[in-house]
Amino acid sequence: MSLTNQEKENRSTRLGQVFALKRKYLAIPYALFLVLFVIIPLLLIIAYAFTETTVLTDGTKQTSFSFAAAASFFTSASKWSVLFVSLFIGIQTTVICLILSYPAAYFLAEKKFRVNKVLVILFIMPMWINFVIRTGATRDLLNWMGLSGSTHPWSATIIGMVYNYLPFTILPLYTTMLKLDHAQMEAASDLGANPWQVFWKNVIPQSLPGIVSACEMVFMPVMSSYVISDTLSEGKITLFGNYIYLAFSNSLWNEGSFMALIMLVIIGITMFATRNVEKDPSSVRGGGLW
Amino acid sequence: MVEQEQATASSPTPVASQAETPDVVVTKRIPSRPKKQHPFWEGKGKRVFAHCYIWVLLILMYLPVLVLMIYSFTTATTLGDWKGFSFDLYGQLFQDKEIQIAVGNTAIIALVAATLSTIIGTLGAIGVYESRPWAKKTLEFATQVPVVNPEIVIALSLIVMFVFIGSISGSFHLSFWTLLAGHLVLTVPFVYLSVKPKLIQMDPALYEAALDLGCTPRQALRKVVFPEILPGVFSGFLLSITLSLDDFIVTAFTTGPGLLSGNSNIATVSTYVEGIIKKHPLPATSRALATLIFVGVLLFVAVLTIYNNVKAHQGKKRKGRQY
Repeated sequence: MSLTNQEKENRSTRLGQVFALKRKYLAIPYALFLVLFVIIPLLLIIAYAFTETTVLTDGTKQTSFSFAAAASFFTSASKWSVLFVSLFIGIQTTVICLILSYPAAYFLAEKKFRVNKVLVILFIMPMWINFVIRTGATRDLLNWMGLSGSTHPWSATIIGMVYNYLPFTILPLYTTMLKLDHAQMEAASDLGANPWQVFWKNVIPQSLPGIVSACEMVFMPVMSSYVISDTLSEGKITLFGNYIYLAFSNSLWNEGSFMALIMLVIIGITMFATRNVEKDPSSVRGGGLW
Repeated sequence: MVEQEQATASSPTPVASQAETPDVVVTKRIPSRPKKQHPFWEGKGKRVFAHCYIWVLLILMYLPVLVLMIYSFTTATTLGDWKGFSFDLYGQLFQDKEIQIAVGNTAIIALVAATLSTIIGTLGAIGVYESRPWAKKTLEFATQVPVVNPEIVIALSLIVMFVFIGSISGSFHLSFWTLLAGHLVLTVPFVYLSVKPKLIQMDPALYEAALDLGCTPRQALRKVVFPEILPGVFSGFLLSITLSLDDFIVTAFTTGPGLLSGNSNIATVSTYVEGIIKKHPLPATSRALATLIFVGVLLFVAVLTIYNNVKAHQGKKRKGRQY
C-alpha cells in the first residue's frame, strides 16, 4: 500500500517536472509578440528600402532588388534640405530644452524643494492633456500673440517643440540630480575650485547620464515629429517625420522605408556614441510619469 | 510566537539602521565646523532666484492650458475674442456626436491595449527575468528597439508589414486589430520596463519558499510573486493608458474601419482634432474637453498622491518592510 503510494508520487513528480510551469515559459508570448510586431516589421523596412515593385505589361507585379529609393533620396536637393532642416531644428530644440531645464531640475532636486514633490508632478501634468489638443492650443495662443506660423514659421515651430519636450528633459535630469554627490562638490570648492570650475568639472560630469538621456528623448522625436511642425509652421517647415508621413499617404512604401532606415541609422549612431554612458532606464518616453 | 518575533526582528531593522548611521557619523565628526552649503546654494538671493525661475517656467508651460481652460467658458471660435461667460461649450460637448465617438473609441482602445499589454508585459518580465542569459540579453535588446525608435518609424514599419501581408494574401485592409497591434507595440515595452525593477527588488527566495511550503508554481506566482510586483504592474498599466490616449502617429497609420466609427476609419481624439486643426483653429468644444480631461487627471493625481502619502506614513509607523 505504502509502496504504491510512493510510486504514484514519484510518477506524478516526474510528470510534473516535464510539464511544470516554469517561470521562463511566461516569456514565450512576449518573445513572440516582439518578433512579430517589432523585429519582422523592422526587417521588412530594410527589405522595402532596397527593393522596387514594377507592374509588368501583363498586370503582374514584380519585386526586385534596387537602389531606386536610395537614389531618389540622395539625388534630390529638397530631401537633403529636409534632412538638414530636421537636424538643425532637432539640435536647436535640444539645446534650448537643456538650457531651460537644467537649472529647473537642479533646483527641484535641492533638499529644500525635494520635500515638495508636488512641484515635479506639476511639471509633468501638462503631458496628460491630449498632445494634439495641446499643440493646437499652443498654435492658437501664438497666433493670438501675433507669432503665427505663416509669418514666423521657424520660431513658432521651435517654441512648440520646446513647450512639448521640456517635461521630457526635466524628468531624466531631475533623477540624476537627486543622486548628485554634494560631498564631492564641497570637496572641490574646499580644495580651491571657484563655483564655475565646480560646475564645469564636477556637476556637469556627475549629471552626464541625465544630460545624455534628455538629449536622446528630445532630439530624435523632434526630428521625426509630424504634428507639431505641421501645425505650428502651418505646413511651411517640413521635417523628416512630415516626409515619411507624405510617403505613407501616397503609398510610396519603398521611399518611406528608406527614409525610416535613415532614421534608424541615426539612432544607431547616437546609441553607439553614448554606449559608455550609463543611462537611466526609467527615463524614456513617458517613463517616470507614474 | 518566537519564530514570528525573530522574523520581524531580523529582516527590516538592520537595513534601516545601516541606512541611517552614515549620516549621523558625518554630522557628529565635524561639529565645530560652521555648516557650509555647497557653492551654488548660498544666501537668500539664490533661493529667491530658484523659486522665481521654477514658477516662471511653470507659468509659461501652463499658459496654453490655462488660456484653453479660461476660453472653455465662452463660445468664441478663436482665442482672444471673449464672447461672455457661459457653459455652452460643455453643453455642446455632450451633443457633438463626432467628438463623442472619438472619445469613446479612444477610451476603448486605451483600455483594451493597456489591459493586454499589462498581461503580456508582466508575464514577459517574469519570464525574461528567469531565462538563460542569452535569451535575456536578446529579449532585452528587442525591448529597447520600440523604446528608442521614433513613433513614426514604428508606425511605418507596422504598416509596411501589413502591406506585405496584404500583398501575399491578396487583400490588404486595416481594422481595429491592426490599430490594437500598433498600440501594443507602443505600450508593452513600458510595462516590461516598469515591472522589471520590482522583480529585481524582490527576494528571489520567496518563490522557492512558496514552492517548498506546498504551493504549485501557479499559486506561487499568483499569491507570492504577483503581490510583490503589483506596484510595477499598476504603474505600467497607467503608463500604457497615457501613451495610448496621447498617440497620434501610430493611430493615423494603422487605423481602419470599426468600433464606434462604423464603416469609416476609427477616429480617436487625436486624429479627430488633428484633422480639424490642419486648416482651422482648435474646435471650440475641444477646449471644454481638454478642461474636463485636465480636471479629471488633476483629481486622479491628487487622490493617488494622498493615498501614497498616507500609505507611506502608515508604513513608517508600523516600521514595515522597506521598499
